[in-house]
Amino acid sequence: MTFAYGQEAVLDGVSVAVEPGEFVALVGPNGSGKSTLLRCLLGLLAPTAGAVRLFGVPPQSLGQRWRLGYVPQRPALARDLPATVEEVVAAGRLARTGWRRRFRAEDREEVEHAMSSVALLDLRRRRVSELSGGQQQRAFIAKALAGRPDLLVLDEPVAGIDAESQRRFRDSLTHLVEEHRSAVLLVSHELGAVAEDLDRVVVLRRGSVYFDGPPAELAATGVSLGVHRDDLPLWLEGLVAPGDVRH
Amino acid sequence: MLPLPYPFDREYMQLALVSGIAMGTAAPLVGAFLVQRRLSLMGDGIGHLAFAGVAGGLLLEVWPVATALLVAVAGALAIERLRGRGRVSGDLALALFFYAGIAAGVVLAGASDRFDATVLSYLFGSILTVSAADTWTVLALGVAVLATMALIGRALFAVVLDEESARVAGLPVDALNGALAVVVAVTIVAAMRVVGILLVAALMVLPVATAQVLGRSFRTTVGLAMAVGVGSSVVGLGAARQWGLPPGGTIVLVAAGAFGVVSLTAERLLRRAGRAPALGSVPGTSR
Ligand SMILES: Nc1ncnc2c1ncn2[C@@H]1O[C@H](COP(=O)(O)OP(=O)(O)O)[C@@H](O)[C@H]1O
Ligand SMILES: [Mg+2]
Repeated sequence: MTFAYGQEAVLDGVSVAVEPGEFVALVGPNGSGKSTLLRCLLGLLAPTAGAVRLFGVPPQSLGQRWRLGYVPQRPALARDLPATVEEVVAAGRLARTGWRRRFRAEDREEVEHAMSSVALLDLRRRRVSELSGGQQQRAFIAKALAGRPDLLVLDEPVAGIDAESQRRFRDSLTHLVEEHRSAVLLVSHELGAVAEDLDRVVVLRRGSVYFDGPPAELAATGVSLGVHRDDLPLWLEGLVAPGDVRH
Repeated sequence: MLPLPYPFDREYMQLALVSGIAMGTAAPLVGAFLVQRRLSLMGDGIGHLAFAGVAGGLLLEVWPVATALLVAVAGALAIERLRGRGRVSGDLALALFFYAGIAAGVVLAGASDRFDATVLSYLFGSILTVSAADTWTVLALGVAVLATMALIGRALFAVVLDEESARVAGLPVDALNGALAVVVAVTIVAAMRVVGILLVAALMVLPVATAQVLGRSFRTTVGLAMAVGVGSSVVGLGAARQWGLPPGGTIVLVAAGAFGVVSLTAERLLRRAGRAPALGSVPGTSR
């Protein structure tokens, strides 16, 4: 698919597929169109050419919206929002119940499960604005998990969060992939925490897919997602010659 | 008439009490969502549009409340449309309608030769002179607002948290935003008889500001805001009768005073409740 905000194409002939149960990372320099690609995929933006299919249908025809979970880049959380962790996570459950149906015992259990899978159960009655950045981010991940999605899409969820939260984040993602067989599409610069669990890495550069394959193949080119994870952004920004990467 | 004690022993005070309680409940409930969306001044913008509607009604010699409702609802939907398209920022969209509304109101009121006590009663509220029919209108609008919010409040909360993921989750975001805009307009027109167009938005925002300092969950915050709204209405009306003050202004001053007292003593109150005060919990202090 191709997408342009105005004249200039932000995404130019991009073709990406995520299979059921797959854990895929999408990386690329700032401004390479990662967030835009996610928005097109989720049906928030319509491609200017080409097509998007979610579970085999166009995004706007997808009836079972709970099959999608979305954690946007920098959730626009008001600093003074009076809401508890539990209220935030429960809002994610509306993907299953719709805006009218009342919560049943099963819904409350799922909300609880989502909170426990990001280790926020103890903080459930705390005001989200009183939590650390990493804890807030985990609350938003739990919100996306509360509908128990088949595909979880996360836009830079670990940017600037502490190591402890990153570790818990990794645990909750692997839990989701292994136990629920959900697919995960993760945009992140900091793949060190999840490097071993990834099935595929997609590199987006100047609006096109530059690399698409298993992390080992990327690592074989000298770019390590694990130990030397600092290399990745450097390489992506073109400071390290990308010519060594064979696709 | 009910056998209530002073200051609510007269029929006009009891009618005022009914509209005061209805609006003290409905306005903060609606306002809680506006404050979270950084649209605290939306009530003001729509209030000014309602003024144009009142002036138009006076000019056409029809019931001004009906024309005010018409103009306010249309204006609220237009503001929401402009904001939703993202072409104009929320506050700029408001400013456009704010000034157009007040200017149209002034011109229409001038043309109708009614720039007199009638217009002033809408600008500053006329709770002590409203008829029984007016009171029942306010009450009916208030009940309609409460019922609508009970129905859509949970989904609106999800939209307030994050509009994009609410859309991804399949919630009817545009319809919900439109419904909120309409509910704001209805509340404004109902409350304009109580506190007047110039102060109507205060009843939507001040109790929420107070409640936000204390509340931990959204649910308790909304509940507290409604309690503060009703309390301010009752105390304000009583004080207005006792000292012969304008009721609308007195109600709003009580609400503002409540905020002052709570924000100054919040630290002590919350520490007693075993919580740290929520820093930066005054709306508007963060961006
Ligand atoms: N709403 C928008 N309107 C116009 N241009 C945009 C908009 N959002 C992003 N862009 C542009 O599209 C390009 C890709 O942005 P984005 O998808 O956010 O990149 P990334 O997430 O990879 O950092 C950038 O050049 C950015 O300036
Ligand atoms: Mg981005």
